[in-house]
Amino acid sequence: MPEKPGIKKFLNQLFEALLPLGSVFLALLVGALILLALKVNPLVAYSSMLRGAFGDMTGITQTLVKATPLLLVGLGVCIAFRGGVINIGGEGQLLVGALAATALAVGFQTAPGWILLPSCLIVGALAGAAWGGVPGFLKARMGVNEILSTIMMNAIALQLSNFLLRGPMIDPAEIEAGTRIAQSALLPRSVWLVRLVPKTLLHGGAILALIMAVVVFIFLWRTTIGYRIRAVGLNPDAARYAGIRVPFYQALSLILGGAFAGLAGAVEVMGVQHRMMEGLSGGYGFSGIVAALFGKLHPLGAIPASILFGGLLEGANKMQRTVQVPSALIDVMLGLVVLFVVSADLLARSRARRRKING
Amino acid sequence: MGDLFTLPVLLGILYSGIRLATPYLYAAIGETFVQNSGIFNLGVEGIMLMGAYVGFFVGMTTGSLWLGLLGAALVGLLMGLLMAVVSVTFKAEQGISGIGLHLFGMGLSSLLFKKTLGGVESISGFQPIKIPLLGDIPLLGDVLFNHNLLVYVAFLLVPIAAFVLYKTTFGLKVRSVGQNPQAADSLGINVAQIRYTTVCIGGTLAGIAGASLSIALINLFQENMTNGMGFIAVALVYFGSWRPGGVLVGALIFSFVNALQLWIQVKGINLPSDLAVMMPYVLTILALAFAVRRARQPAALSKPFERGEN
Repeated sequence: MPEKPGIKKFLNQLFEALLPLGSVFLALLVGALILLALKVNPLVAYSSMLRGAFGDMTGITQTLVKATPLLLVGLGVCIAFRGGVINIGGEGQLLVGALAATALAVGFQTAPGWILLPSCLIVGALAGAAWGGVPGFLKARMGVNEILSTIMMNAIALQLSNFLLRGPMIDPAEIEAGTRIAQSALLPRSVWLVRLVPKTLLHGGAILALIMAVVVFIFLWRTTIGYRIRAVGLNPDAARYAGIRVPFYQALSLILGGAFAGLAGAVEVMGVQHRMMEGLSGGYGFSGIVAALFGKLHPLGAIPASILFGGLLEGANKMQRTVQVPSALIDVMLGLVVLFVVSADLLARSRARRRKING
Repeated sequence: MGDLFTLPVLLGILYSGIRLATPYLYAAIGETFVQNSGIFNLGVEGIMLMGAYVGFFVGMTTGSLWLGLLGAALVGLLMGLLMAVVSVTFKAEQGISGIGLHLFGMGLSSLLFKKTLGGVESISGFQPIKIPLLGDIPLLGDVLFNHNLLVYVAFLLVPIAAFVLYKTTFGLKVRSVGQNPQAADSLGINVAQIRYTTVCIGGTLAGIAGASLSIALINLFQENMTNGMGFIAVALVYFGSWRPGGVLVGALIFSFVNALQLWIQVKGINLPSDLAVMMPYVLTILALAFAVRRARQPAALSKPFERGEN
């Protein structure tokens, strides 16, 4: 195909970059209608959201704290999608990652930090990989639909987490005090991730997530395994014809996807909560999918996308506190963004086809 | 464990198993239509939640359970329509758009719940109707023939769906569109129209499935009350090999496991409740791995139709 004049190419790229933003705008618009129906002034609600997310130092750092797990889960989603499999299991993979990291840190309290901290991160990722590996194995060997199996694995992980936190892993202090709140013991300080800004929750995990985004980019576009994963995702038949073991790479992309979600869980306990507790996942498994889609399933695109959605999540908390709009509104908008983004794909595709024909 | 296997307990498990199959049946039979036409609607869970909320809210404010049911069916229809627009007209990736629809329905139902009801309240739902004669059979009469209307209709839906899918022109069109949309299209069948119809049927039934929970079985609404039932319903369609009869078998197995799990908790048998709750999900995965005959899968499932692509 001949190279097009610079300006036209630029405009085309600009249009495609603006499509996701348009979908956020539309979601905000529908959200405004819902707010109006609930007799809430959308301008007041949205401005409190914006201030909550980006208005001051607390807001900005909190936005980045929320963006961190979103980015890590989103990276896993990117890898899976690029391999042609859909990983809805982020929520469960994140939970088992967090559980595994907690168990290791609490079990080996006295181990030196320089060895315990990286071990916890790795074990979290491995646990997530195993949790993603089950659907991966079932897909490769038995052709089980990975969408359904990852969803079921989410439910199983949730129950497992509830069980462990109420029984074997409960904080001994909770039993002594008789309160029995379902949470683990405090992690030893040696595994707490470093605070980037004093007196805020922003922790080193944010940097780790950024590095990982670059690593995933290099992995997918500059390594043989990454190339094969993408080949399987683009056209499994052609890949098979080229001698690539399609089921293996599909399973691998689910395993890697799980590893990143598991890492997100480990980072969340080690960076933010410093203990495992109920509700730790906070829906990141699902909102991470939205962030990945929004970033066009590109690891670097996922960076601004997760900051945007981290801001929405943080802003929604603020909105709930100040104007009493339940933060469930954000789920509504995330759902709409997904629907709009996947619908807009057609628009982008038909433009691409027209360009090819007019070429 | 001996406690569990006395006659009253077994009858109790049977009774609640039949009741609990109801929401699975509505949702999974609806999804059977959807998937047979080649669309994969993963948003059932979100539609059920909206159906549960609307059914409960309308039922409570108007005092009419029938209006509540109608409202739930309507909101299900609308959400089905939304899914159809996204997946048929805009040819979007269906697994993802289903998650979008789920998030939308889950968020909207909790938002409306918090803004309009605020707290969990209960309602007097559809009352059991004892079927004359059959209901008087000793032991089994009460277990099988003393349920509320929505339970009976759910089971009636199975033969009706089988008849529509296999004995009517519409059913033939649905299956041909799901197997080979190109061929169906060349024979003058309007692929988009058939798929719109099935996705709307599926949405309506999912809405009713939600209402069956909130105004006929549990008789209250709380956030995220479906707790994964909608996703299991989608899996049941696979389990049932895309046939209403198979879906019935699957729904009964799952609801009996659920009933057993509830009775284990009631009886205080020494099994942590969290692990008991895990059972249906583990069973789903096992069923998907070992019981699904993939040969029956509609060939065009979750593939958007592009005219003249092949």
